[in-house]
Amino acid sequence: MIRRILTRIGTSVLVLWGAVTVSFTALHLTPGNVVDVLIGSSIVTPEVRAQIIADYGLDAPLPVQYATYLGRVLRGDLGQSYQLHESVATAIGTQLGPSIQLAGAALLVAVVAATTLALLTARRKRWIRGLSSGLELIGVSIPTFWAAILLLTVFSFQLGWFPAVGDDSGSSLVLPVIAVAIPITTMLTQLMRESLELTLEEPFVLTARSRGMSDLGVRLRHALRHALVPAVTLLGWVIGLMVGSMVAVEQIFSRQGIGQLTLTAVSGKDLPVVMGVVLVTALLYVVVNILIDLLYLVIDPRLRSAA
Amino acid sequence: MKARVGVGAASVTLALITLAALAPALLVDGTPDQADALAALEGPSADHLFGTDANGRDVFTRIVYGAAPSLLAGLGATALAVAVGTALGLLAALGGRALDEIVMRLVEVVLALPTLLLALLVITITGPGTVNVILAIALYTAPSYARLVRAQTMVIRRAGFVEAATSLGLGQGRIILRHVLPNAFAPLLVLATIEVGTALVAAASLSYLGLGPQPPAPEWGAMLSGGRDYFSVAWWIAIFPGVAITLTVLSITVVGRHLQRLVEGRTS
Repeated sequence: MIRRILTRIGTSVLVLWGAVTVSFTALHLTPGNVVDVLIGSSIVTPEVRAQIIADYGLDAPLPVQYATYLGRVLRGDLGQSYQLHESVATAIGTQLGPSIQLAGAALLVAVVAATTLALLTARRKRWIRGLSSGLELIGVSIPTFWAAILLLTVFSFQLGWFPAVGDDSGSSLVLPVIAVAIPITTMLTQLMRESLELTLEEPFVLTARSRGMSDLGVRLRHALRHALVPAVTLLGWVIGLMVGSMVAVEQIFSRQGIGQLTLTAVSGKDLPVVMGVVLVTALLYVVVNILIDLLYLVIDPRLRSAA
Repeated sequence: MKARVGVGAASVTLALITLAALAPALLVDGTPDQADALAALEGPSADHLFGTDANGRDVFTRIVYGAAPSLLAGLGATALAVAVGTALGLLAALGGRALDEIVMRLVEVVLALPTLLLALLVITITGPGTVNVILAIALYTAPSYARLVRAQTMVIRRAGFVEAATSLGLGQGRIILRHVLPNAFAPLLVLATIEVGTALVAAASLSYLGLGPQPPAPEWGAMLSGGRDYFSVAWWIAIFPGVAITLTVLSITVVGRHLQRLVEGRTS
């Protein structure tokens, strides 16, 4: 297990290094001179141009520029936004709050909904399972952005139950949270039901039943714990999925956040910001995965002796 | 029995969508850009089955004509990803240990990065457009095909019939093309079928964000994007293009899972 964690950390470093390298390559693959991209459409004097070249170290050979870039990222310096007149780190920092709120709430809703659905449908009558897998099929097929538009059209414009825009009140959070939670819920339900069904065939479940424990008790006290394990494994991946969903959802509900920041940056060719968001998400992904591995060590004592 | 009804319905839906993509004029009379300013933002009626948009264009006609551009990006991205992924997978499996390490680490790095963000990164550099959307989606879907082809090839190259072919003195290239690839094909086809759905959703999302085909193209995601200012007064503009996307993806997923069960049934 210790070895597994070390391998995990090694791979994580590789992933982050890969992400930084992709970003650097991206910056230099941009059609046209990097200086022109930085200047954008504004007209500048040769002195200013020279200043930009010096500031960004663009006169140095490529390997030196790469080393400098790597060093800066390691110190947490993600560069300057072309559009926003502030550093990428500041831009991401100020937009992080509303997105974490949205993602956290969506994750909570998804986990509760998926656990409930899995508990209710695992090894039940055929029609219940059929209904549930039908819903899951729709859940995986429906594009998140359209689910968001649908929720907006029905519950804001037609029924008027929730505000259509803004991020100031609790009720404005409901529809965006549902939109972000749908794909995660679907995925988690499928996964948890599968492992729940496997667990319910284990001998210890039979033992519990033979002690006279109720079906619900068996499911809650014995089987659920095992079903949660594969769900936890997916967490890192779910974070990436949510950041992607938020790009469309935040735009549709006119919310502030990382998604809105990213979309504006993509349209404005603000590469440092997009790279910054990719790097931060990759960092979150690897940190969460390492934490999950450590968490396993705590929940499952068998793994400790296996090391 | 029930499953068969589902697969049947999905196949019919896919056939209709394919027909719309290949010969839209067979299904509708008008053209997608035919605007009637006097009939703008009309609800669904006998004249306009799915209503009209802000320019008075018939939504149903635009959806039918939108099938081709909407399918193009998803299919194109999948085809490109399968080609690149297969090449990388074969390279990893047959190219020796060093090459295997490099390719598989690369695959791992790409798979660890958030998918839609990676596509957005590509489009920030290349700019919007159908071709760039295809490139962006292919970039992050190719690794899963590389993994699959590598694993398949590793198993198949140790199989008896490959050993027999080698002992018959057949060349490496011929063995790979004639014996290894065809046997890796079935699982590859299944994965590709299911992944076309994912690629379609990704392409529609990028179009919706204004990064794919530009208006007035009748692409489904772009139609939703163009109708954004009218969702509060004309629900049909918000609903029908999305139904088209969801139905297509749903049908592809149903058919793909059916294929998967067939293939798994054969091998087990």
